[in-house]
This record gives sequence, structure tokens and C-alpha cells, in this order.
Amino acid sequence: MADRDTTPPRSDGAPSPAPLLVVRNLRVTLPTLGGDLHAVRGVDLSVRAGETFGIVGESGCGKSLTSLALMNLLPRHARRGADRIEFAGQDLQALGERQMGDLRGNSMSMVFQQPMSCLNPAYTIGNQLVSVFRRHRKVGRSEATERAVYLLDKVGITGGRRRLGQYPHQLSGGLRQRVMIAMALMCEPDLIIADEPTTALDVTIQAQILHLLAELQQEFGMSIILITHDLGIVARIANRVAVMYAGEFVEVGSVDQLYSDPRHPYTRGLFDCIPQPGKTPPGARLGFIPGIVPSLFGKTAGCAFATRCAKAGDACRDAPPWHGDADGHEVRCHFAGAGPNPTAAPPSQGT
Amino acid sequence: MGYFLKRLGLALLVALVVSVISFGALRISGDIATAIAGEGASSEDIEFTRKQHGLDRPLPIQYLDWLSHALQGDLGTSLYFRVPVAELIGDRLPISLALGCLALIFAVSLAVPLGVVAALKPNSIVDRLALWLAVVGQAMPTFWFALLMIVVFGAWLRWLPISGNESWKNFIMPAIALGYYATPAIMRLTRAGMIEVLGLDYIRTARAMGLRSGTVLFKHALRNAVIPVVSLTAVQFGFMLGGSIVIESIFSLHGAGHLAWISISRSDLPVVQGVVLVLALIYILLTLLADLLNAWLDPRLRIE
Ligand SMILES: Nc1ncnc2c1ncn2[C@@H]1O[C@H](COP(=O)(O)OP(=O)(O)O)[C@@H](O)[C@H]1O
Ligand SMILES: [Mg+2]
Repeated sequence: MADRDTTPPRSDGAPSPAPLLVVRNLRVTLPTLGGDLHAVRGVDLSVRAGETFGIVGESGCGKSLTSLALMNLLPRHARRGADRIEFAGQDLQALGERQMGDLRGNSMSMVFQQPMSCLNPAYTIGNQLVSVFRRHRKVGRSEATERAVYLLDKVGITGGRRRLGQYPHQLSGGLRQRVMIAMALMCEPDLIIADEPTTALDVTIQAQILHLLAELQQEFGMSIILITHDLGIVARIANRVAVMYAGEFVEVGSVDQLYSDPRHPYTRGLFDCIPQPGKTPPGARLGFIPGIVPSLFGKTAGCAFATRCAKAGDACRDAPPWHGDADGHEVRCHFAGAGPNPTAAPPSQGT
Repeated sequence: MGYFLKRLGLALLVALVVSVISFGALRISGDIATAIAGEGASSEDIEFTRKQHGLDRPLPIQYLDWLSHALQGDLGTSLYFRVPVAELIGDRLPISLALGCLALIFAVSLAVPLGVVAALKPNSIVDRLALWLAVVGQAMPTFWFALLMIVVFGAWLRWLPISGNESWKNFIMPAIALGYYATPAIMRLTRAGMIEVLGLDYIRTARAMGLRSGTVLFKHALRNAVIPVVSLTAVQFGFMLGGSIVIESIFSLHGAGHLAWISISRSDLPVVQGVVLVLALIYILLTLLADLLNAWLDPRLRIE
């Protein structure tokens, strides 16, 4: 079995820095009245320092639960399992709630999908920003306030000092999301997980927020895990992308690889679903993927996508292996091995 | 500011309505002139009394007259004690207020922590225990609980005095009896509020920022969860004022409730009217305070 921890060299040939986050076989199970719901089914991922790693998939495929599992913020009844969750050299599974609390908001932080409800209505913006900073740094109130003003400025909110005294309900959704990003950045984390940070916003505001995230990454150099169901968003700011389907990753590669050479039938289906400027004539019908997502109850024996896949054959009743090539483009499909470059790399990992 | 003025206006309006009701209730309850003239008075005596007290004038005039006196602190004269009603109430009210405040403190300091703990672990032993306490509290009549305490702590164990108002010890049992009545409702609302708030997005944010569990629980969750509890507590205090009439009588605490009780049995209507009015005003004031407290807790109420 090839070791997927040693991340393959990037296609540009630059030496790859050690990964900041390494996750192996992450599983999330939710007990429900109808039985156990296996929402995340063995996800592997590694995120390098300073890169933006995108996770794309339809809603309900387990993206949010994956991100919450990394932060250990799953709903109380959810169960998390993994062979390995290593962040900046620390084994996160070995940490207690208190030690996790020391990391959260400090070296790993999160931006959520719902800007309207993610800030506490009872406290001012300033109060909430300051208390995050003072939780992790031994500084006085005035120093923390300076920091808050500085970060509000960084996220494009002018008149920071006046804003500090405002309550969340006095701000628009876009502004609240900027405040949320400022809050996530207060302690200059090494990793920010942004779970659909723009989904709830207007299209114009979406673009601004994405641009802001990219800019902030240039400046602060943190890694970002960007979760979205929108391939267009990923293409704009991610370095590498994982395509998620029914609780599993089905294809991982650089943005270029995925966009120029999508190998998994599901990935191709996703591309057919988005209009392509210049290629799709105006008014043309977009493709859609027929069929429904398989139930997440119980274990699926073979390929989870088989029920909706045009190519599916007998082989798909067995779990598909990972096929990877030397430049790190990996796909989990029985037919991918027979692709244009079948001998470039040994299949990296079974099930 | 707009919020405050609106609430204040509303409170004044309610106070006005209450004054009309307490004025009217007295007129409906019987002929006052007959009551004032006393038993065995001749019909001439009664007519004379009626004229003397201005009871022959049209009701609206009588009301305005009564109101203007009441606003100056003149609530009439007790038929039994033959002293100003305001004076009587002034003597007795502090005892009732002390009892009410102690009962409220007891209720809140028992109900809120229990509600929080129950919310943290729904369906745990603590939660079930708290629920059981609530069911018993709601099923048990206040007077019965009071008598039970008198039997156990007063007569049997002899820990606490069973009547009078000489020392603070006299207030313990009445305050518990009165406060326990309000505990279940406050506890259940706290529990429900906490369970709801703990599932909200901003609590997840607070945790995602690494804030300590105490901060998340008290600063972020409880503050929002108690907002409905504040209003409920004011309402419960109103019930307690009503309940104090019974409780003060059981424990022979000579407060305003007790005064109302004996005055009812003596048909001392001016006193009954005065007590009803003052208790109602206190209740209105408390509701106003609750509204202000809520505005402080929830900035969305005060800042448009
Ligand atoms: N708290 C929960 N209780 C029960 N099921 C849940 C809960 N949260 C998510 N799920 C289920 O788990 C699956 C994955 O959810 P999620 O990670 O939120 O998807 P995504 O973020 O990709 O839209 C979905 O089928 C969803 O219905
Ligand atoms: Mg989601």
C-alpha cells in the first residue's frame, strides 16, 4: 500500500512543505431513530501550510460534519472515528476538550455558513472580538480592542472603533460575515475552515468575501479549507480540491487537474451542471445527474455513485480502489485506472 | 428610549384601568353607605351617611374625586380601625414586600440553577429529579405545603417559629411556601430556554473560538435563555402577591395580605380597596422593571 501521507510533489515541481493537517479514515456516525447514519465514511485529506484546500459536493454529502469533526464540534450525539487526525504535529484525538479549546479560535478557526445567526445578539461586535483574543492571549482590554480595530480594518470594515459598539443586528449579512472572518483571524490561526462562507450572501457580496479571503491568505499565510457546493468558487481560490460524494471523497487533485481532466464520472457530472462562459451557449440546457443520492444508513458495499453512473458495470459492486498519478491527481473509480495514464502511479490505497 | 417610553405609557394605562376596576369592584360589592353606617343603622342614618360621604353624586364624579385623593396618598379611612387606610397599609406593606422578595429570591435561586443543570443533561437523573420537583410543586396547594412545613419544622422538629413576625426566622417558612409555588414554572422555562439556546449557531461559534465552557454557558447561553424567564418571574410575583394573602394568614404574619384577609371578613371595604390597588400597582411596577431588564438583556429590543 502506497503511503498517501507523503504528499506527491506539486505539478510545478516545487518541494512540498510538510502537511499542516493530516486526516486518515475520518468517520462520523449519527445515531438516529432509523438506525446509524454514516454521514462521513472514511475521508483522507492532507492540507499543506498556506494552501487553500477545497471540498466540493452536493448538499447533504457530509461536508459540514467533516469540518465539525476536525474541530471536534460535532453535535453531542454524533460519534467521530479516525485512524489519524494530526494538526501541526499534534494528535487531535488525544486532546481533551480543554486542550481542544486552547487550539480552537487560536491556531485553528472556523467561519460558518450562517452570518445572520452566528454572532451573539446580546453582545457588541467589540465584546465578541475582544473576548476571543483575550481567551487565547494574556493581554489587557485596550490592547485587545486595538487588535479588533486592526482586524476589522483588514476585513474591510471602516470606522472600526464605532463598529465595535454595534450589535450584530445592526449590520448587514455581508458585514456580519466580515466580522466573523475577523473573529476567526483574531489570533492569526494556522488553519481556517470556511464552511460555505458565501452561500447565504448575495452574489456581489459573495465575490467580495471570496476576494477578501484570498487577500487575507496572502497577507497572513494561513491554510484554508474552503467548503462549498459551488465548483466556480473553488476554482477561484483553491489550490487543491476534493470532490465529495455520499460521505466519501471520490476525486482529489489540483484545481488545474480537476478542471482540465475530471476523471470521476461524478466530477464530470458536476461540471456539466455549471454553465461555462464561452462554451455554454446562452439559454442552453445544463446537464444534471439523474438518480438520487444513496441512503447513508448502513454500509454501501460497492461504489456509492454506481446507482447514478452511466458507466457502471459489474465491477462497481466492489468498493473502487484509489488510482493516483505521480502529480497527485487521485480518483476513486474502477474505470479510472484504464484512463489515459494508467501506469503513472500504483493505486495508492484500497477501500 | 422609545421602547422605555412605550412601556411606561403602557404601565400608566394599565394602572388607570386597575384604578377603575378597584373603584368599581367596591361599588358593585354592596351599598357602601350601609356598610359605613354600621349594623342596625336606620334608613335616615344611611341616607345621611350617603350624603356626608358624597355617595349620592354620579359615579364618574365619585371616581375622579376618589382618584385625586388616592393620588395624594389618601385612600380613605378604615371602617374598623378608624385610621387612614394609607397608614394601615404603610405599616403592613413592608412585611409583605419582605416576604415577596424572599420568596422570589428563593424561587429564582432554586429554579434557575436547576433549569440550567437539567438543560445540560436532558433526561439525566438531575433532569428527572427537577421534573419531579416541578410536578409535585405544581400539584401541591400552597396552603397544604405551608401546613406540612409547620407540622414538620415548627411543631415536630421545633426549628422554626410557626407564627408572628418578630424575627427573620419567622419569614423562612412563609417565603419557602410562597416561593416554591413559583419554582416549577421558572425552572421549566429556564430549562426549555437553555436547551433551545445551546443549540443555536452563536453558541457553536463561541465554542469554535475556543471560549471556555463556563463562558459559553453563562455569558453566551444563559443571558439569552433567561429573557423570557424575566417576564415570567414578574407574572409569578403577581401570583405570589395573591398567594401572600393565604400564606400571611397561615403564619400570622401581619402584612398587607393578612390585612386584606381580615378586612374582607369585616367588610372593611376601603381597606380591601386600598390593598388591592397598592398590590396591583406594585405588580405593574414589577412588570415595568422586567421589561427594562429585558431591554438591557436583549439589545434588539432597545436599539432599532
Ligand atoms: N445533527 C444532525 N442530526 C442528524 N443528521 C444530521 C445532522 N447533521 C447532519 N445530518 C445529516 O448528515 C448528512 C451530512 O450532513 P452535512 O455534513 O451537514 O452535509 P453538507 O454540509 O455537505 O450539506 C446529511 O444527510 C444530514 O441530513
Ligand atoms: Mg453544510
